[in-house]
Amino acid sequence: MKILVGIKRVIDYNVRVQINRDGTDVVKEGVKMSINPFDEIAVEQALRIRDAGMADEVVVVSIGPGAAQQQLRTALAMGADRATLIETENEVQPLAAARALMKLVESEGPGMVLLGKQAIDDDANQVGQMLAALWDRPQATFISGLEVTEGKAKAVREVDAGLETVEVSLPAVFTVDLRLNEPRFVKMPDIMKAKRKPLETMTFESLGIDMPPQLENLGYAPPPPRAGGTKVESVAALIAALKDKGVL
Amino acid sequence: MAKVLLLAEHDGKTLNTATARALRCAAELGDVALALFGGNTEAVADEAASLNGVSRVLRIDRPENGEPVAAVIAPQLAELAAGYDVLLAPSSTYGKDVLPRAAALLGVPQISDIMEIVDSRTFRRPIYAGNVITTVRVPESCKVVGTVRIASFAAVDRSHAPAPVESIALQASLPSHTTWIGLEASGGDRPDLQSATRVVAGGRGLGSKESFDMIFQLADKLGAAVGASRAAVDAGYVPNDMQVGQTGKIIAPDLYIAVGISGAIQHMTGIKDAGVIVAINRDGEAPIFEAADIGLVGDLFQILPELDRALEG
Repeated sequence: MKILVGIKRVIDYNVRVQINRDGTDVVKEGVKMSINPFDEIAVEQALRIRDAGMADEVVVVSIGPGAAQQQLRTALAMGADRATLIETENEVQPLAAARALMKLVESEGPGMVLLGKQAIDDDANQVGQMLAALWDRPQATFISGLEVTEGKAKAVREVDAGLETVEVSLPAVFTVDLRLNEPRFVKMPDIMKAKRKPLETMTFESLGIDMPPQLENLGYAPPPPRAGGTKVESVAALIAALKDKGVL
Repeated sequence: MAKVLLLAEHDGKTLNTATARALRCAAELGDVALALFGGNTEAVADEAASLNGVSRVLRIDRPENGEPVAAVIAPQLAELAAGYDVLLAPSSTYGKDVLPRAAALLGVPQISDIMEIVDSRTFRRPIYAGNVITTVRVPESCKVVGTVRIASFAAVDRSHAPAPVESIALQASLPSHTTWIGLEASGGDRPDLQSATRVVAGGRGLGSKESFDMIFQLADKLGAAVGASRAAVDAGYVPNDMQVGQTGKIIAPDLYIAVGISGAIQHMTGIKDAGVIVAINRDGEAPIFEAADIGLVGDLFQILPELDRALEG
């Protein structure tokens, strides 16, 4: 079985994001970029499934600028077998990303597709569900547990009410939550080895992807600030203040 | 007036409060039909019909709809949406699971986490974990499809005149590739963290799993749900479904009491729409005090027992 893993190049989790002067974008120049943390967990899970003997190949794919090769190389250094970049300088919204992944699903024929539940830049949380719809296959979203057996997988999903368990027949799409695993650290020799692993580049045109309508972006602004309040000196004053605000 | 279809969330017995919140947003956009998918939605339909802003309740009852499986609900929702200008769902894990699947079947983009309506096609939504707000417009050729950030809208009231309820039969063929096995509910008898009006949350300042019991005690006195910071979850004080923040739950209770929580930006993202935020922390410089409406600097091990006694009196 082959596993396809989608990864997105995003501004690193630890960077405090700044909006540019005219409010048309966030500042990306000179900012550290990384694999979307949820996608990194997806890569790790795919490697564990392969290393447990349930799959024989892990293919990582990214949709984005040429520079996303860096993130694909990192995934290869983690242990993925080969990589594909669908290169574009344009904004790719979730439905377009799902259509692009669907083209790869058709050519690669994976038994599982693993993705992060959302990217930490646009926070859309859509691509996995959309791919599963286009593919007409099961989806198990927001998973924190996964058990793969022959032709099937049992997934534990983190839902608002608690933990939900579903069983899906493969092939299927899985979107992973933060607590599924802790990704491995990449070692220097693996980085060297990753340089020799195959990385193929394609485009929306070469894949014949039908671009869907996208949302028009009208600009960015900081969130309205929350005004801080006052400090009280005692429990009695705290209770009085709560009563004063009508919440007790 | 635009025709709006809203996907309701329920457990077969009662409506989830996320529905009444999403309804506030939906009703601003037009005439709302509330879609109820379930095995038997009779009881929930009565409740749904009494909500202010609902024009019609649509019951789509079939055995396969008894469990919340997105691959089963989405094709029916997409079929039903054909007669509507707008399709919405609450941005709960249920709505987030189902709606993008329906949007892809409809071939249109989805707006995730609508926090504000600018006009009938233009909306504001948070990105970068709420650190940036973006304004997006749906192209004229597309149906408006979006999830509603429940923390941004207050629940609608119950009106006295119930809306008409209809049973709907749909043609969509349903897959059998997904088997719903079960739900392990969290929280026991306490209110659900996501929808509670009061929440008491603990952080690393509690220092141990045993000390965290003080948070449960205070919550029970207040009839509140219990939450935790990522640090408290990582330290193993409580299970991870109690985590509040960017990677946990985003909540908007009327009262949020943060005990021993420093207020990292990831945590504050999860509570910034709360009504009144109270911070109890030993460190007067902790960032939580910048956002708290009421702050009390001091040792939580003295303050919590004192607060317990004061609430009893």
